[in-house]
Amino acid sequence: MDAHVAQLQMQYRNYILSLYQQGFLDDQFTELKSLQDDGSPDFVAEVLSLFFDDCVKLVGNMARALDQTGTVDFCQVGANVHQLKGSSSSVGAKRVKGLCINFKELCEAKNYEGCVRCLQQVDIEYKTLKAKLQDMFNLEKQIVQAGGIVPQVDIN
Amino acid sequence: MFNPFTTHHSSDMNWALNNPNPEGKEPRTTTQSSDFYHLSAKDSPQKSRKIDFWRSGLMGFAKMQHSVAVKMNNGNNNDQVGNKKGSTFIQEHRALLPKGLILWTIIVGFISRGIYQWMDDTSKVRREEVLVSMCDQRARMLQDQFSVSVNHVHALAILVSTFHYHKNPSAIDQGTFADYTARTAFERPLLSGVAYAEKVVNAEREMFESQHNWVIKTMDTGEPSPVRDEYAPVIFSQDSVSYLESLDMMSGEEDRENILRARETGKAVLTSPFRLLASHHLGVVLTFPVYKASLPRNPTVQERIAATAGYLGGAFDVESLVENLLGQLAGNQAIVVHVYDITNASDPLVMYGNQDEEGDTSLYHESKLDFGDPFRKHKMICRYLQKAPIPLNVLTTVPLFFAIGFLVGYILYGAAVHIVKVEDDFHEMQELKVRAEAADVAKSQFLATVSHEIRTPMNGILGMLAMLLDTELSSTQRDYAQTAQVCGKALIALINEVLDRAKIEAGKLELESVPFDIRSILDDVLSLFSEESRNKGIELAVFVSDKVPEIVKGDSGRFRQIIINLVGNSVKFTEKGHIFVKVHLAEQSKDGAESKPALNGGVASEDITAASKPSSYNTLSGYEAADGRNSWDSFKHLVSSEELLTSSEFDASSNVRLMVSIEDTGIGIPLTAQGRVFMPFMQADSSTSRTYGGTGIGLSISKCLVELMRGQISFVSRPRVGSTFWFTAVFERCDKFSLKKPTVENLPSSFRGMRAIVVDAKPVRAAVTRYHMKRLGISVDVMTSLRTAVSTASGRNGSPLPSGTTKLDMILVEKDSWISTEDIDAEIRQMNSRTNGNVHRKTPKLALFATNITNSEFDRAKSAGFADTVIMKPLRASMIGACLQQVLELRKARQQHPEGSSPATLKSLLTGKKILVVDDNMVNRRVAAGALKKFGAEVVCAESGQVALGLLQIPHSFDACFMDIQMPQMDGFEATRQIRMMEKEAKEKTKLEWHLPILAMTADVIHATYEECLKSGMDGYVSKPFEEENLYKSVAKSFKANPISDSSCSQS
Repeated sequence: MDAHVAQLQMQYRNYILSLYQQGFLDDQFTELKSLQDDGSPDFVAEVLSLFFDDCVKLVGNMARALDQTGTVDFCQVGANVHQLKGSSSSVGAKRVKGLCINFKELCEAKNYEGCVRCLQQVDIEYKTLKAKLQDMFNLEKQIVQAGGIVPQVDIN
Repeated sequence: MFNPFTTHHSSDMNWALNNPNPEGKEPRTTTQSSDFYHLSAKDSPQKSRKIDFWRSGLMGFAKMQHSVAVKMNNGNNNDQVGNKKGSTFIQEHRALLPKGLILWTIIVGFISRGIYQWMDDTSKVRREEVLVSMCDQRARMLQDQFSVSVNHVHALAILVSTFHYHKNPSAIDQGTFADYTARTAFERPLLSGVAYAEKVVNAEREMFESQHNWVIKTMDTGEPSPVRDEYAPVIFSQDSVSYLESLDMMSGEEDRENILRARETGKAVLTSPFRLLASHHLGVVLTFPVYKASLPRNPTVQERIAATAGYLGGAFDVESLVENLLGQLAGNQAIVVHVYDITNASDPLVMYGNQDEEGDTSLYHESKLDFGDPFRKHKMICRYLQKAPIPLNVLTTVPLFFAIGFLVGYILYGAAVHIVKVEDDFHEMQELKVRAEAADVAKSQFLATVSHEIRTPMNGILGMLAMLLDTELSSTQRDYAQTAQVCGKALIALINEVLDRAKIEAGKLELESVPFDIRSILDDVLSLFSEESRNKGIELAVFVSDKVPEIVKGDSGRFRQIIINLVGNSVKFTEKGHIFVKVHLAEQSKDGAESKPALNGGVASEDITAASKPSSYNTLSGYEAADGRNSWDSFKHLVSSEELLTSSEFDASSNVRLMVSIEDTGIGIPLTAQGRVFMPFMQADSSTSRTYGGTGIGLSISKCLVELMRGQISFVSRPRVGSTFWFTAVFERCDKFSLKKPTVENLPSSFRGMRAIVVDAKPVRAAVTRYHMKRLGISVDVMTSLRTAVSTASGRNGSPLPSGTTKLDMILVEKDSWISTEDIDAEIRQMNSRTNGNVHRKTPKLALFATNITNSEFDRAKSAGFADTVIMKPLRASMIGACLQQVLELRKARQQHPEGSSPATLKSLLTGKKILVVDDNMVNRRVAAGALKKFGAEVVCAESGQVALGLLQIPHSFDACFMDIQMPQMDGFEATRQIRMMEKEAKEKTKLEWHLPILAMTADVIHATYEECLKSGMDGYVSKPFEEENLYKSVAKSFKANPISDSSCSQS
């Protein structure tokens, strides 16, 4: 039992570390986790779900904006990218944030091709992250179910 | 006395002195005030006019009038005393100078005359000597010739006696005699002829006559001679005088005497001179006795007479004789010779010489002549033919002497006159100088007093204006009042400057001596000008050598004033390039200049020399500077010597001499104006003040202050290149701990031991950066290329840092280096992501230095990975510290306190507070809300500015507001402005003070954003995403400044 928990905890720790190492997450995520306490036990999950909802909405917006052949409203796309950038930096989604920075530049340059490519990357990226984090939550759940506590992971 | 200049000023001054009649621009004031100066400047209207300038102004100040009057009088007294003391001998006897010249001339005249006389006498004596010798010579020769002739006659006499008397019959007859005498005439050139007369007594006459067949005739008539006792008829005669035959020689009175005398003495006897019959020359007749029988020894006269047989006579042609004689001698033309027979002393008879021919009567010489006749006396008188000419040497010498003497006298006179004149001038100048100085002192005192007097009412005016501004005013009124206040402040500043200047001149300014930190003073000064320099896009940098002690004792305020002045000037006149303030020990500059190139070996300098481009100058900004001293070539000596010598030698002396140089690349100072730069109220030219404003007093004050600090100030300037001002000042060394109150800024110590790479191609700028970093305790490696830095940092090429360590905390990049490196952004990003991915490796934080940055550049920077921070220049250690703290310090703090004490304090601060979070981004909003809730705050969210405004309608119950800046429709700045406006309106209506602390939430970390925040009325800012430390600091600050309890009280 304990061994199982310990194993799960180990797995969880490694998984988190890998997320950091592969650049999916950054310090801000740690920060976010530190905000979660007894007062708000599902804070992280809540924020993340907000974030992913946001992603869906914004990516959809952008896709629609970019779909319009002829006159593409880069301003609108830019605003959406800015939103996404803010959100991603708030949750510590490092890769998404990085893409957004690029995206914004392309947007300002009114580079249609680049924007479309970037949008696709963002789409893939946030979905990947979502899957990864889903896995993480699953692991957490398992640990809690096994009677253990979710360990604090010191990424430094 | 009156001139328009004076009037103008007097009226001005009187106006300043609350003259009740400001329109009274009449000379009246001048005439009133002129009395005073008449005390001291009575005699010189010209001088008093100069002082007029200040005079009228002085009238207002009875106190000062006194002191100045005393001073002026003192000055005059001193002057007079000095006059007396200083006057020389020449000065005192100036009246005698022309007399002296005349006297001198007379003396010289007398001396010349003396010399003339002496020379003349000498020549006369010589002339006389010559005459004497010539005369004597002639006389002797004449005598000799004469006696030779006499001897010949004597010989003839003996011949006659021998052959006529002793032979029997006589061997001589007339024929023989004539023949013989003719043939021997060459022996007697002077004798025209000789004849022999026989002594015939009367008794024998008959017989004689018959014997010779002729009768004895007399000489004068040629008649047969009357009967006499004795006769002397000529029996033999030379052919030339054959007419004498048969003439009785004794018939002539004189001849008879001669004959008698001759036979008595037995010697040749001469007649007095007479005209010879034949030649009509003057001549004398020589008579020689011929005795019959041989005479006994010492015969008596009787015996002689008895023995006399006859007489031989000859006519001496004296004239020819002398003529001949003189002809043989040199110089005969020069003298006139007279020969006199002076037997009768009272009636000298001329024997030779033309009586008409006088010659030079002034000088003559007599020589006695002895022709062998004791009865007859002769003399020769010689004279010069011509009067003695004045000798040439006398003619030249004497006038020359006189001329020289006169000239010498005149020169001496001229010199004396000149000396007198110069001395007079000197005294006059001295007097003027004293007056001018007194006037200057008076001016300074006047200025000081006036400035002081103006300051008092000005302060009143400003105070009243401030109070007026606090009352309710319409916007126009407020505008007027504010303008008035600004003007008043400018006026006060100007007056203070003038006062300073005047105080310094009056010697009233005293320097303080308090410990202060030079570096922080310089940082302060820099921050004053940061805004302006940033707007102009010029680099402003400061560098303080490590050898300069941290704390020195001196007048920090005045030091600051000098630097502000100089830097202010530089900023004013510089449009591009840089301004570089450098402080080091005065001794160090020498070291630097002397240090050998070998000193600065090493990696750093190699990099630098490789990077330096020939096209640009090695200065801070790459623009050419006027003074080469701050260019890298010499600057590196300073830096390198510093590295080698730091703390190795600590000067034991208590004073430290600092050298501060301020280099700019501005318009420079025109060469013509360079001489008067430090003169008060002088600017390069009048157009300068029109273009740039200013009074031109600053530099002169700086100069005075520097001199008070026992230093010097100077500058090098090249028009259109720039100026470098430098000054030295002496401060006391001071113990580091003697600084009681902490300086304004306390540099954070948390950076100690960190390492950083500075990427900068300009070595001087890199050195400045390094200096600031060093103060923070960060050791710095300088790299010239961003690419190398990036590759070093990412460890791709495996090369360690120059310093040998691999630990690296940050990379600081100069904007130029970043811009100029193409395609580096991707690499930076890559490095960032890679290092971030590697959790075992510390991320070197990136920061960008920039003087100014455009929005697009800023975004590019952010995207490239400089999102961490952009540090705006001018660099200051405290600012770098603050910026870096944002990047580094937080993480560190978090590491140190995993659970942290700060959340607890934050909690205490935020618990129970109602906070509004305004953010358009739902996720952000949620995160912020989550964070704040965690610290016990009650959080209300708003997704836009409009919503927030709705929630914040007064009265509301919020304690604080966190506002996102970048929001669609209404951004955070605008929202804040509206909130503030609402608060103001509420205050006007309800008289209740409303101030909601508003904190900006922003991802931008550049300073400028912060300033913008404050401008729009925000109280602070927190960086997004929330970090506890940062949050706590901002919240604590703004809550402290505006206690929430107050606002909540007022609201309840």
